[in-house]
Amino acid sequence: MEAFTQHTGLVVPLDRSNVDTDAIIPKQFLKSIKRTGFGPNLFDEWRYLDHGEPGMDNSKRPLNPDFVMNKERYKGASILLARENFGCGSSREHAPWALEDYGIKAVIAPSFADIFFNNCFKNGILPIVLDHATMDALFEQTEANEGFKLDIDLGKQTITMPNGDVINFDVEPDRKHNLYNGLDDIGITLKQEDAITAYEQERAKRAPWLFSS
Amino acid sequence: MAGKTLYDKLWQDHLVAENEDGSALIYIDRQLLHEVTSPQAFEGLKIAGRKPRRIEANLATPDHNVPTTDRTNGIADPVSRIQVQTLDDNCDAYGVTEFKMDDVRQGIVHIVGPEQGYTLPGLTMVCGDSHTATHGAFGAMAFGVGTSEVEHVLATQCLRQKKMKNMLVRVDGKLGTGVTAKDVVLAVIGEIGTAGGNGHAIEFAGSAIEDLSMEGRMTICNMAIEAGARVGLVAVDDKTIEYVKGRPFAPKGEHWDMAVEAWKDLHSDADAEFDRVVELKAEDIIPQVTWGTSPEMVKPVTDNIPNPDKETNAVKKEGIERALLYMDMKAETPITSIPLDKVFIGSCTNARIEDLREAAAVAKGRKVASSIKQAMVVPGSGLVKEQAEAEGLDKIFVEAGFEWREPGCSMCLAMNADRLESGEHCASTSNRNFEGRQGQGGRTHLVSPAMAAAAAVHGHFVDVRELELDKELANVSEVH
Ligand code: SF4
Repeated sequence: MEAFTQHTGLVVPLDRSNVDTDAIIPKQFLKSIKRTGFGPNLFDEWRYLDHGEPGMDNSKRPLNPDFVMNKERYKGASILLARENFGCGSSREHAPWALEDYGIKAVIAPSFADIFFNNCFKNGILPIVLDHATMDALFEQTEANEGFKLDIDLGKQTITMPNGDVINFDVEPDRKHNLYNGLDDIGITLKQEDAITAYEQERAKRAPWLFSS
Repeated sequence: MAGKTLYDKLWQDHLVAENEDGSALIYIDRQLLHEVTSPQAFEGLKIAGRKPRRIEANLATPDHNVPTTDRTNGIADPVSRIQVQTLDDNCDAYGVTEFKMDDVRQGIVHIVGPEQGYTLPGLTMVCGDSHTATHGAFGAMAFGVGTSEVEHVLATQCLRQKKMKNMLVRVDGKLGTGVTAKDVVLAVIGEIGTAGGNGHAIEFAGSAIEDLSMEGRMTICNMAIEAGARVGLVAVDDKTIEYVKGRPFAPKGEHWDMAVEAWKDLHSDADAEFDRVVELKAEDIIPQVTWGTSPEMVKPVTDNIPNPDKETNAVKKEGIERALLYMDMKAETPITSIPLDKVFIGSCTNARIEDLREAAAVAKGRKVASSIKQAMVVPGSGLVKEQAEAEGLDKIFVEAGFEWREPGCSMCLAMNADRLESGEHCASTSNRNFEGRQGQGGRTHLVSPAMAAAAAVHGHFVDVRELELDKELANVSEVH
């Protein structure tokens, strides 16, 4: 996994609440057996005017000019502003894969759905929770100032605005550590193999029916 | 010290290690696999050169992509075919027990698990699918995970987790005739909202929940995720044990006795404390219909579509306006006037035998309205299908004008050929009414199986409580 330490990037505002994972990456693209290549179909139903299917040449499809990410001024954005309960719905990890493939490094919202939030950290994307008032201000600033960028420092847990103002954010220490160092969760867990084996032996005594096939 | 909740007990029971950083390592007893979220996990294992830790702790079946029509020629869509084939190949290569597409035991993972006795009380169980909470109906800690975690479980049989908070949803009283588990859970979501359970494990309790069959309890836990909760739970009682007994993967002989003894403790202590408690009266619950693009946009069938102008919260108001636009509906019009094009009875929420009986009780002796372009019944598994056919339910449906299909996820998410055309309204027994969920531009209304069948025969929503039902079938489905 790619580490996230510090990132400065253009901000795009997605002013909708309850954006679900079906909207982030529609199900027809879930048929892929790969982890990569989902970026062109991120928000497919909103982004294009036609119906997308896997295998299409996305560069030839008609873009929806009203969709925020298609606006010239937001091209190349890498920080996504969102509203409540972002990433609700299915557990598909294809959602963070699509965001990552598109180039999104961080998503800032007042709240996230649990599974999505978790999946972001496993794919090098930093989800940041901020209160409503701060979110409103960020939306306002982004829309008012073309080329609005934010500087996110995970080590310091700060977001710095172009005018120098600093917003602090919380992140759980273990998640921060793993993301900051780009650590592979499985590798970390395998270091605790002795504890797993000990637990398994004890569990097999308590619940032998789970180990008797 | 306060007593423990059921969730606390399950958590404690599976704690391998508590880490200094505040996370915990939790043991996962069993995992379910399907074709959509597992290929990249197997690939990850291979790339890292890792071996599965306990491959026998996994059970697989394809469900999302499989055709529900004649399967003798395989899957027509090449992309779907590759995905299902990849699951077959991985299971064969690693030695995972799999019910392949031509196996009578194949079906939707969340229907197959309980049906096979693979789902047991007291387990921790995961699946790369958010509706894994279904299995919590058995007093098991079951939750959906992403593909990285599927791989994590394959490699380590564990997950790094944070303990959730405890929420209790208590429904006391008696449900009226025609009011089902689906209506209860939709009413709960309407009450607490789709983010209401975020960060919580929800235990469903109270006399109305106790009175439900295991099928009904599964329907409720299934939709816990639609209230934002990854885990839904119901305490173990005699019904749970009776249901599990004798199933293929259930413990046998002395293990059975030992298991039953252990399972008896799987309930919250009387003095357990919950972080949040929500109470509903069963008598107040009326058959529910979703009108919008989120499961919380739900109303009793007797009600009208809401008026955004009466909403004071600006974000909510905008949400309602957007939903009405997408659904092409007018504020303040009766729910019963929503025009319908299709009806779908199926999904991991409502495709068990009891659900089909419930729908058949309405369909018997009636005909699907001429204005309905398609009404289909998709059983949750090959075994549900077999049982329904043994009971003659298939004939009732076919005579009434419903299509009788092969098992799978089907139009719940429209990854196979079953889908809505843009603009079509569908009465559906599934669990999500998001934009495009059942096909791009499609408009979904979530309801119970009885309500869906009633809508099919009338061409619009009706209050199923006012219909005369087939006595025999209705009685069967009342063995709640
Ligand atoms: S039936 Fe629908 S909700 Fe259930 S597992 Fe299949 S796609 Fe998911």
